Amino acid sequence: MESIGLLLECDQGRLKEANFGMAALVDRDQDQQGVAIVVNASIGEIRATLAAHGISRILHIHTTGPDGNPAYRASAIAAAMERFAIKSLVGLTSPEGRELLPRIAALLDAPLIMDCIDIDLGSHRVRTSQYSGKTIATINLQGSHFLYGLRPNVIEPRKKTVDAKVLDFTFEEKAPREYRLVETRTQHNGTPHLAEAQVIFAGGRGMKNGENFDLLFACARRLNASVGASRVAVDNGWVPYAMQVGQTGSKVNPRVYLAFGISGSVQHFAGMKTAKTIIAVNSDENAAILANCDYYAIRDLFQILPALERALARATEEYSSK
Amino acid sequence: MPSHIYVCVKHVPDSAATITVEGGNAINENVTFLMNPYDEHAITEAVRIRANRNDVEVIAVCLGKTAAQNTLRSAMAMGADRAILVDTERPLDSILTARGLAATIRSNGEPWLILTGKEAIDTEGMQTPFRLAANLRMPVATNVVGLTLCADEVQVECEHDPGMVNIIRMTTPCVLGAGKGLNTPIYPTFPDIVKSRRKPLTRLLLSELTIDSPSSAMVTEHLETATDHRNPERLEGSADEIASKIVDILKNEAKVF
Repeated sequence: MESIGLLLECDQGRLKEANFGMAALVDRDQDQQGVAIVVNASIGEIRATLAAHGISRILHIHTTGPDGNPAYRASAIAAAMERFAIKSLVGLTSPEGRELLPRIAALLDAPLIMDCIDIDLGSHRVRTSQYSGKTIATINLQGSHFLYGLRPNVIEPRKKTVDAKVLDFTFEEKAPREYRLVETRTQHNGTPHLAEAQVIFAGGRGMKNGENFDLLFACARRLNASVGASRVAVDNGWVPYAMQVGQTGSKVNPRVYLAFGISGSVQHFAGMKTAKTIIAVNSDENAAILANCDYYAIRDLFQILPALERALARATEEYSSK
Repeated sequence: MPSHIYVCVKHVPDSAATITVEGGNAINENVTFLMNPYDEHAITEAVRIRANRNDVEVIAVCLGKTAAQNTLRSAMAMGADRAILVDTERPLDSILTARGLAATIRSNGEPWLILTGKEAIDTEGMQTPFRLAANLRMPVATNVVGLTLCADEVQVECEHDPGMVNIIRMTTPCVLGAGKGLNTPIYPTFPDIVKSRRKPLTRLLLSELTIDSPSSAMVTEHLETATDHRNPERLEGSADEIASKIVDILKNEAKVF
């Protein structure tokens, strides 16, 4: 049975929901066994959650150096893979995965494909989008190790209860002198990460200014959704670059993408075209997005957003009181 | 002896171009190509660092077909002092690309800094800066949105996550993957473009470089045009009715709560 390393991500000590798609991927084939890889984790809580998603082995890496340093963390993971003869590693194409997976691939001189929409672990073949989502490539990875970055939310998680055993590995190297993490500055807006969000409320030129984005945040908070923006909105300085969805921003893959006052350029679609459902609200009946979405309303977004926030408030209260 | 800042650039199809597939695993290249947008930030930063220093040379390097000269000319119009084109007709994966870039840099003089875009918008591999750094045994930072030089080190701000910035100190030489927030790309003037035509562009063949053949590869077996068919359905009624319909879609169709 082949061991497939799963590079798990935690947010404030808790496992991110997007991890469980990776567990479901490994579970497709009887000849594979997923080994969850975590670094300096609170293993007690994690263990029960993983066991409920069918992961029977957890490789817990303990480091003596700073695990927040991406170069150091990547070295620790590569060393653990070598120690336990793990030849395949699956991670998420999230901000953390984009930093760690290429570092591990470079250390091992191993092939890596990021942003996979499907992975065949047996034949080392993946499907990934290229050219801003205009083409889908089938790529074969060749080598002694195989690394994959899975696009979040493409594989449905599954519940399956097993018994999870923990393997410990201690990485004793010191932090590298040539690459030091001085500090981490966070100005997080309290919403989930765009790349992993299930629902995204996004605004464009039609939002008119930065303050109006509060209308989107108000809706997003009702659903634990994230807020995105088009290039126009970030170039005008209304919201930070970090919120941009598109060719030169985040590539997102939510269940629902709600676009308010976004015309829908080719470059914007490059970042969100894989959303399962696209809902567009635009007062311009000629906006390109209206021809390439699932639902649309030709209306003033300043009328729809407050009404939507009220409707979401009612619906979520109803839901939580059930 | 001057210090070298290398900027690795890629010649890519315009993001607005219509992409069609030819021969099962390649695109029809009869579309507008230009410099990878993230590489524009890398060139701009290199030129900014070089300003007021007469001992620094900015060298743009590109692996690609003959037509990639255009992107190198753009790099020189933006302020690079000279350019090197490594000619190769076949598409390279990032494992070979990094080896080719590393060999070019090694044979041209000790680098001080190596800049490149954090990713290329055509094949979207997101890994060449890391492999280049590993080949040259240098530290690397990606999605760099701020850069300060201090003695024999650089301090960079890396946007690790939307709203989260890592402040990293690296020794030089090092590799930096430019992110969008780093600067506003230089827009060359007509005199800049004319001047760039007189700047030296060296060409060599990939086969002339000493590259140890890798034991791993990523082979594109098949390429197809992505089709996305959506049948838009119009929502009508008052604002409250439309809002209720959207909630209904979220709840009963998408099942997000």
